[in-house]
Amino acid sequence: MPTAVEVRGLKAWFGKTEALHGIDMTVESNHATAVIGPSGCGKSTFIRCLNRMHETNPEAKAEGQVHIGGTDIYGVPAVDVRRRVGMVFQKPNPFPTMSIYDNVAAGLKLNGTRSRQTLDEAVERSLQQAAIWDEVKDVLKKKSGASLSGGQQQRLCIARALAVNPEVLLMDEPASALDPISTAKIEDLIFELKQKLTIVIVTHNMQQASRVAEYTGFFLMGDLVEFDKTEKIFTNPSDKRTEDYITGRFG
Amino acid sequence: MTRTRFHQELDELKHRILAMAGMAEQAVDLAVQAYSQRDMAMCQRVLNNEPAINRAEREVDEFAVDLLAMQQPMAIDLRFILAVIKINADLERVGDQAVNIAQRVMNMIEQSPKELPVDIPAMATKVRKMVRDALQSFIEGDTDLARRVLEADDEVDRMNKEAFANLSRCMQTKPDSAVQALDALSIARNLERVADHATNIAEDVIFWVRGADVRHRAGQTATRI
Repeated sequence: MPTAVEVRGLKAWFGKTEALHGIDMTVESNHATAVIGPSGCGKSTFIRCLNRMHETNPEAKAEGQVHIGGTDIYGVPAVDVRRRVGMVFQKPNPFPTMSIYDNVAAGLKLNGTRSRQTLDEAVERSLQQAAIWDEVKDVLKKKSGASLSGGQQQRLCIARALAVNPEVLLMDEPASALDPISTAKIEDLIFELKQKLTIVIVTHNMQQASRVAEYTGFFLMGDLVEFDKTEKIFTNPSDKRTEDYITGRFG
Repeated sequence: MTRTRFHQELDELKHRILAMAGMAEQAVDLAVQAYSQRDMAMCQRVLNNEPAINRAEREVDEFAVDLLAMQQPMAIDLRFILAVIKINADLERVGDQAVNIAQRVMNMIEQSPKELPVDIPAMATKVRKMVRDALQSFIEGDTDLARRVLEADDEVDRMNKEAFANLSRCMQTKPDSAVQALDALSIARNLERVADHATNIAEDVIFWVRGADVRHRAGQTATRI
């Protein structure tokens, strides 16, 4: 499998505090990779470095190499990186005053797409990929994003991220605020989406990691302690710290 | 996120299966003692105790399945529960083998004693040590001891083959001892099966502690006896 994301010696800081101490990770294309670890271990900081969101915090900086599809993302404009690397957050954040249609079309419009037909096609494709098309197709322009349920809002945000055809989708605890049925829909969606793109998902839910991801990395205090196939991590991890964390002996 | 209650329940599961192991081990000891002493009452005790072993098997299984369903264990905890479920089945089979031995001994007691070319007590001593060591390796999570149990199985297999050869010859040359020889042959076979269950338990201990599957040793060819 080709490599989608190659991370070498990645360090990140908030002010003078070093949050990541030199991470190396190779993420394979068309797979889901889960990032787990206790609160404050650096897992969210790590994925925010993969689309240069980390540096939007004025106190923050990052150092090291992140190659996505062979491109050094710190050698090109950040806006170009975010076009190729979409992100979905813990709390669904649709643009509240925009219609469902405009929420999905927003990224394309920002990139200069004006053709009505192109926008219509992209909105339908994205909503279908996010498995929400059937639920909203009749109210696309009548209802706002904020009028949807939490689970629907999250899938709308996924559709919005997919509209610009990213190579990589970063998901920061995408189902932690959702009920079990909405969570199952997001997990099914991840399974479908990785046929087309690469997913890196941060989750506190280890069962979720084991269900959706082929690879899992365990972070602890800014270090990547262990990175391996998910079944290895959850049945027979190599590092005692990983085992202690996933068996609930600390955390 | 430490899971204190879950880990207490794992301790409870271990406690319960060790209680069952005690019953299965005692059943084998009693059956072997009944053979040496030709004691019908001891045989009857083995038979009477079997339902308790079966009941314990069901209870341990139910508890283990509840933990799997309710606690979603990971890594060494998951391997522990899987190992317990398998060890539980092996211990129940050990109890069955003890019953088989006791029934054969009851047959033998009904007839006058014969001199047979087999040392059942010597074989039983090896087998009982294997069972004891397998259980000790489980109590202590001692994979070195578990590996020694695997090695000991070869010696019991050899003794069983030797018993088969000698008792077959005896059946042909001394027809009046044939029935007793057949009973002794079955007892040797039952003891060999107990040793196999001890081996399975030792393999499960290695799986639990190391995450390594050492079943069906590579390169070993099955031999028919």
